[in-house]
Amino acid sequence: MTRQLPLYVPAEGVRRALSGMGAMLCLAFLTACASGPAAHPGDPLEPFNRGVYQFNDVVDTTVVKPVATAYQEVVPQLVRRGVRNFFSNLQDAWSGVNNALQFKGEFAISSFTRFGVNTFIGLGGILDVASEMQIERHTKDFGHTLGYWGVAPGPYLVLPLLGPSTLRDTLALPVDAKGNLLSGVEHIPTRNSMTSLRLVDVRTSLLGTAALLEAAALDKYTFTRDAHLQRRRSSIYDGSPPEDGEVEKSPVSQDFSDVRERTRTWVETIKNPEIKQTEEVKP
Amino acid sequence: MKRRSLNQWLAALVVGAPAWLTLPAHAADEAPDAFIKRLSTDVLNGMKADKAIQAGEVARIVELVDSLVMPNVDFKRMTAAAVGPQWRQATPAQQQRLQEEFKILLVRTYAGALSRVDNVTLSMKPLRASPADKEVVVRTEIMGQGDPIQLDYRLEKTPGVGAGWKIYNLNVLGVWLVDTYRSQFAQEISAKGIDGLIATLAARNKSNAAKG
Repeated sequence: MTRQLPLYVPAEGVRRALSGMGAMLCLAFLTACASGPAAHPGDPLEPFNRGVYQFNDVVDTTVVKPVATAYQEVVPQLVRRGVRNFFSNLQDAWSGVNNALQFKGEFAISSFTRFGVNTFIGLGGILDVASEMQIERHTKDFGHTLGYWGVAPGPYLVLPLLGPSTLRDTLALPVDAKGNLLSGVEHIPTRNSMTSLRLVDVRTSLLGTAALLEAAALDKYTFTRDAHLQRRRSSIYDGSPPEDGEVEKSPVSQDFSDVRERTRTWVETIKNPEIKQTEEVKP
Repeated sequence: MKRRSLNQWLAALVVGAPAWLTLPAHAADEAPDAFIKRLSTDVLNGMKADKAIQAGEVARIVELVDSLVMPNVDFKRMTAAAVGPQWRQATPAQQQRLQEEFKILLVRTYAGALSRVDNVTLSMKPLRASPADKEVVVRTEIMGQGDPIQLDYRLEKTPGVGAGWKIYNLNVLGVWLVDTYRSQFAQEISAKGIDGLIATLAARNKSNAAKG
């Protein structure tokens, strides 16, 4: 078990570095640091974030949303679905890597299987054959991986153009960019148009959500922040984070008994891939 | 379960209700996951059976949610949790108004989301609770065209045998509804007081209704 110890030490180091950087950032924006009774403890940079949020909102209403709306109106649904499947398929490969980095064997296997099936049977990912075959998708990025190994999210950050994030997830972005299979495309114009298409696709998928947000939120900034932080935390814990009042701890316990358990289930999954937990109900 | 028309369903309810009320106490103690399964199935079937809902008429969905779902929701507890410590400072009249406006906001906006739901199936996750538990989380997934949508419910056992379960929080895609409103309500109250929050909710409901 001695080999496992160094694995955690860097994470601890990164965590310290992160909180240190958070403090420095906070110092840098000292005038911008939020206070008052309604201040959110996870959002010390609220005034700064609100500024970026407003900037993003302007860019979105003037450029991005009209483009996404036009895309939805002009391009046939079948083509749009193909585009979405194609990018999701690339993401599945990167999810597989991150699930493996988190020792989530079953999830890693299903992610790589999805990628394999959709790439070869689904015409390079345009058809989502794997979903038809009921192979589950477990989307994970490098921010999830850091979170899983105990790196705290740090302060909430709204990034220009990219939107809601945290300090941890922002630092993970360069790794995610490397891990994106699109970054392997050597031809720069092709790569750039692919990236733009992907962004338009993502924004189009959010058109309904944005309308819902418009209707449901009293303050769009606060609503987005609270929903984003909850959702990130929840997905790091695979949908069941510890409840309020329970002791907050990293998803992987410090003595690594959890990792041993996961490794064991992983080995069992490889031996017996037919483990299914959910009960299906047709209404 | 095979499809039934809404009329048949209503008939079954009217005929079935007296029988249900006179059942022996133990038989009426429904398991929480069975309760959620029944409720969700009723809503999905109700939506499938209704032509107006199929045509995207939000008002009809609001009616459906009001009649099927709301009687099973402890809305006072939900509102109190969203308002936070200030709830106790509010007068009973203010509490009543808060509940009314919050309910309109939620039912309208989420009816809008439901109207986009088409051809879905429900999948229940294993329940992690002991039979003695008074508060449980029931976890489900809605499978539509895209990725499955996580939909969890927090339930409380109502006092009294056979009185059943009530929903007091809802989780969509990892986000608890009540928790998402807590900061927004606190912001509003600290700036404009409880009456200010009521006014903001009412104004939002008015503008949502104007948009149709």
